[in-house]
Amino acid sequence: MATAAKKLSKLEHPPRGGQATMVEAIRQGLWEEMERDPTVFLIGEDVGAYGGAFKVTEGLIDHFGKERVIDTPISEAAIVGAACGAALMGMKPVAEFQFIDFISCGFDMLTNYAAKSRYRWGGSIPAVFRGPCGSGVRSGPFHSLNAESFFLNTAGLKIVEPSTAYDAKGLIKAAIRDPDPVLYFEHKKLYRLPRLREELPEDDYVVEIGKARTAREGRDVSILTFGAQVLTALDAAEELEKEGLDVEVIDLRTLAPMDKEAILASVKKTSRALILHEASLTGGIGGEISAIISQEAFEWLDAPVVRVASIDTPVPYSPPLEDYYLPQVKDVLDAARKLAAY
Amino acid sequence: MLYRTKGGDKPRPYTMAENQKQNGNRKGPRRRPPFQIRINTKYAPRKVADGQALSCITGSSLTDRQMLELYRYLKLTRLVEERIVNLYRQTKVVGGVYRSLGQEATAVGSAYALRPDDFITPIIRDLGACFVKGIRPREIFAQYMAKAWGPSAGKDLNVHFGYMDKGFIGPISHLGDMIPVMTGILLGARLQNKDIVGLAYIGDGGASTGAFYEGMNFAAVQKLPLIVIAEHNQYAYSTPTTMQTLLRNLAEKAAAFGIPGYIVDGNDVIACYEVTKRAIDHARNGHGAVLIEAKTYRRKGHAEHDDQRYVPEGEIDWWETHNDPVDRVETFLIDQEVATKEKLEEITTAVQREIDEDSEWAESSPMPEAEGAVYGVFDNSIVPPAFRPKILEN
Repeated sequence: MATAAKKLSKLEHPPRGGQATMVEAIRQGLWEEMERDPTVFLIGEDVGAYGGAFKVTEGLIDHFGKERVIDTPISEAAIVGAACGAALMGMKPVAEFQFIDFISCGFDMLTNYAAKSRYRWGGSIPAVFRGPCGSGVRSGPFHSLNAESFFLNTAGLKIVEPSTAYDAKGLIKAAIRDPDPVLYFEHKKLYRLPRLREELPEDDYVVEIGKARTAREGRDVSILTFGAQVLTALDAAEELEKEGLDVEVIDLRTLAPMDKEAILASVKKTSRALILHEASLTGGIGGEISAIISQEAFEWLDAPVVRVASIDTPVPYSPPLEDYYLPQVKDVLDAARKLAAY
Repeated sequence: MLYRTKGGDKPRPYTMAENQKQNGNRKGPRRRPPFQIRINTKYAPRKVADGQALSCITGSSLTDRQMLELYRYLKLTRLVEERIVNLYRQTKVVGGVYRSLGQEATAVGSAYALRPDDFITPIIRDLGACFVKGIRPREIFAQYMAKAWGPSAGKDLNVHFGYMDKGFIGPISHLGDMIPVMTGILLGARLQNKDIVGLAYIGDGGASTGAFYEGMNFAAVQKLPLIVIAEHNQYAYSTPTTMQTLLRNLAEKAAAFGIPGYIVDGNDVIACYEVTKRAIDHARNGHGAVLIEAKTYRRKGHAEHDDQRYVPEGEIDWWETHNDPVDRVETFLIDQEVATKEKLEEITTAVQREIDEDSEWAESSPMPEAEGAVYGVFDNSIVPPAFRPKILEN
């Protein structure tokens, strides 16, 4: 009883800024936007009383009511479709996929309805589609997806994926305020990672969609990455520093529309590009980034563009298998050393 | 907890005696009585004596003026489609042509029951519903001819466009997708305290899609005022309904969602109006979604190029001679002395004039500028238009 009362009082006064993990940062962002704008509402499976599978929406139903935090049947097509319809009416829905793997069940509605509506007839769909993505948490083939490349080839969808608590909050707020559909991917491994806990500003802020971030400055090699792999890249960079290699890490943050300027500026500075991502290699976003670099910064390159990504298999469950599947710090080190020595 | 008594219409709570009878000494929640499949067949097709021509139902609340307006929309639909076919034969239509010949009454009658602020989302064979919702023939002609002055400015075809202010949301080619979208429209409207209902159309083929089930089920659970008209026109492209579902009546699918189902004679424009009006009353009063099955027949192929080789011989002729929606309402209006033959001809002439004017207007429209393709993927004040990248520019 005492804990329930304590919990309630905590929820009635949500923290604004302060020390926050990524999951708290996203929740703060949702909360503040719902408070600021009465048209913002949440829709998804178990987002209400249960607070979502990862508790991202915990407490929001108590504060904003079940009209604005809507639990749905297990129907991703209905969730995405209903979000589209409500958005056409001028609402700002934030739809949750319990795991981003289930985005495949709403794929048709996303790629055919949400993405094309403005282009076809000017129907603006200011909706956010968010959910936990990513592997490395022993969740097996159906709870570990990185879905970005499924959507990269569909004009009309913006895609963001933060790797810090600050960006998570700033990007969810920017996504909600954006007049177009935004896919917001949250790497589940980062949700409660103590390493990502940081002090957030108390003031309202957004992180602009379409802008990459320099996570670490360097002169010798550029690692272009996003999401949880930013941490892999930073760990590798630290190791390489000991060997006298000065690595720059670019956190893309937005995958569509991509910040080409930031990518090209970094590559033109270091002349060596290593692309690191968690989805499988073939057909992954790395191929697109590599093509941009080859086409627009060819003369600046001192070595071929290198991609480090997961192997071309489904995501396996057992730890030794999944560790083999995923790019590890060691893989990045090897690739960066070869790149530097080329 | 509320429930319906078997015969009654109004939900009421359990009485204490009923509770005890149901539960006995059992602990735990009260049991809900099983959902009864209830299909309302008041407006279903009726047989008539041999030799007697089919007409429309009597006892409607429509005024004479309204009935003539319905007639006008029917004729408008049929004649606009005929004009589109002419334009198609003159190779002025860029894509395919989709007809609603023989089933115009369903779209016209049902859409006519809506208030101006209500929403519809038609499918390809509901051109009549578009006209009732205030779309002009010129817009349809321009769309078919891929002209710059069409509502989508050449970016999409036929009825694939929309006007939020008219409550008109055009469909996409993926059947079933518009049911969840309309559910969202109604969800948004409820959050905005707007008292509107939504009318979505689907066919016997589209009713097999997952999106149809997901959307209807979500609308039912949320008690949203969604009315879905399932146009049972016997064919989905070439596939007969017997290969879509084992159900004889699409209305029986309502049982899957726990909502009322209606069967209506889809070729009786007045019955279509009346059944939709009844469904709208049900929905607007907070009782939730309704599924209406309209029994009708698609006399043309899926699109103009379809030779209908899969249709048994004589079937189309039978429907044309015995059960044509325009013939039926003409018989009705003259029998009931709502109008004379001359009056109906006068209406047709006026419709023809409008079509001539509008198709001329659409033909006079330029084609869109090629560079128009780059705009509008995103809000271009935020994301620049998608111009073709210059390759290896010096």
